Amino acid sequence: MKPPRFDYVAAGSVGEATEALASAEDSRVLAGGQSLVPLMNLRLARPSLLVDVNHLGALSGFESHNGTLRFGAMCRHRFLETDPDVRQKAPIFAEVAELIGHVGIRNRGTLGGSLAHADPVAELPALLVALEGRVIVASTGSERAIPAAELFAGPFTTGLEPDELLTTVEVPAHRDGDGGAFSEFVRRHGDFATAGVAVILHRDGFGACEQVRVAGCGLGPTPMDLSAAGDFLRGESSLTDGAAEELGRRVAAAADPPGDVHGSKDYRRELAAVLAADAVRRAWARAGSAGGA
Amino acid sequence: MTKVRFSLNGEVAEVEVEPRELLLDTLRDRLAMTGAHAGCEQGSCGACTVLVDGCGVRSCLMFTVQVGGSEVRTIEGVGSPGSLHPIQQALSTHHGLQCGFCTPGMVLTALELFETDPHPSRDRIEEWMSGNLCRCTGYVNIVKALEAVAGTAEEQL
Ligand SMILES: Cc1cc2nc3c(=O)[nH]c(=O)nc-3n(C[C@H](O)[C@H](O)[C@H](O)COP(=O)(O)OP(=O)(O)OC[C@H]3O[C@@H](n4cnc5c(N)ncnc54)[C@H](O)[C@@H]3O)c2cc1C
Ligand code: FES
Ligand code: FES
Repeated sequence: MKPPRFDYVAAGSVGEATEALASAEDSRVLAGGQSLVPLMNLRLARPSLLVDVNHLGALSGFESHNGTLRFGAMCRHRFLETDPDVRQKAPIFAEVAELIGHVGIRNRGTLGGSLAHADPVAELPALLVALEGRVIVASTGSERAIPAAELFAGPFTTGLEPDELLTTVEVPAHRDGDGGAFSEFVRRHGDFATAGVAVILHRDGFGACEQVRVAGCGLGPTPMDLSAAGDFLRGESSLTDGAAEELGRRVAAAADPPGDVHGSKDYRRELAAVLAADAVRRAWARAGSAGGA
Repeated sequence: MTKVRFSLNGEVAEVEVEPRELLLDTLRDRLAMTGAHAGCEQGSCGACTVLVDGCGVRSCLMFTVQVGGSEVRTIEGVGSPGSLHPIQQALSTHHGLQCGFCTPGMVLTALELFETDPHPSRDRIEEWMSGNLCRCTGYVNIVKALEAVAGTAEEQL
């Protein structure tokens, strides 16, 4: 038997889940299990109570409402990748979900789980930061919103309290002139990224750049907001190769990547430059076309 | 201990388990479905892949208490020694296995692929199968076998 002993509750509602979470010290939410269960098998995580939220159908929906896209926390990566509605209204989520692990992982792993796990190399947290999204979290009898900028406190550490359940993920709906792209480098297909960069930008009706948002994974202890690197593009109505490379240089300079067996600091900085230039070119082209991203 | 009932290869299975028991261990140690192989037991290799309600999952990353009411399919429910499933036949014909340790996971993963897309391209096959590691074949013959199935899928599946 690999994991240590624990009690188990299959929650039938959000209320049941938050009550169960509050009922024990070291309680944990069990979502897709694709990060938590490996840690339990290795006995690196030893929760006393698992609150299984896989039966909460209310947490697996996707809707567009008043200019906001709302995803249930239990939207599985595979759903983001394949659902026609998501592909149409939030194509950047489909593009990013496809980059995560392998199909067997994506069949189980969830959006909320990825955000709550807060792996500094995970893609979805970086995407949430780039999109300036927020999460809604519930605890017994109350609910609050945490903006992406405040959610990620450190590697594998979020602003969630132990008795809080992440229920919903919200990002601004796509407007005409928006374009986004996510570029990453992996050693082998399906691995965690060595580094990745998300660029989300908006061009006005005349094609001029109004806003550039940049965030990275694998480039710091948290999914870093590197948007300041793109400020110089505001007002430009074309993207030259030189400008794309300049963005790359600025992103690389602002990043604070770790050095480890997968790549030194300098190597990751160089990757960041190349990936940012690639992402901004793709985002720019998409922002100028009808479909966008 | 919790009683869990689920469908296993079309028959009812009932076990009494602690919450911490992994589906992989229940299948192997209580239900004699030893085709689900324990490789890494941390989600990396895919040798433990089974289908739960039609979706390929790592049985080393699911607890048995989670599959109550579900349909679980293991390699024992695919083909038979006298009558191989087309995927199994193709792997045999194209030398898509050597030691066979990865093969049950490969077959079940491929089964979900062909159910989603009967004629996948080579790229799609490679992407889809990337989560299943094989230490013997070098993958080339596995991909060849699945390409053969893809080419003739309509008649065979
Ligand atoms: C082989 C392999 C490859 C992978 N590759 C990648 C990759 O390339 N990129 C990537 O980003 N990820 C990758 N992953 C991880 C995968 O994306 C996970 O699905 C994800 O990180 C966690 O989601 P989960 O639903 O499985 O969460 P779980 O494992 O169930 O939970 C993870 C943590 O989050 C908490 N949690 C989960 N849901 C909630 C909630 N709603 N509210 C509060 N807390 C919650 C849990 O308590 C736990 O602490 C990989 C995993 C494996 C095994
Ligand atoms: S044994 Fe489950 S993925 Fe390796
Ligand atoms: S045939 Fe030996 S691991 Fe694949």
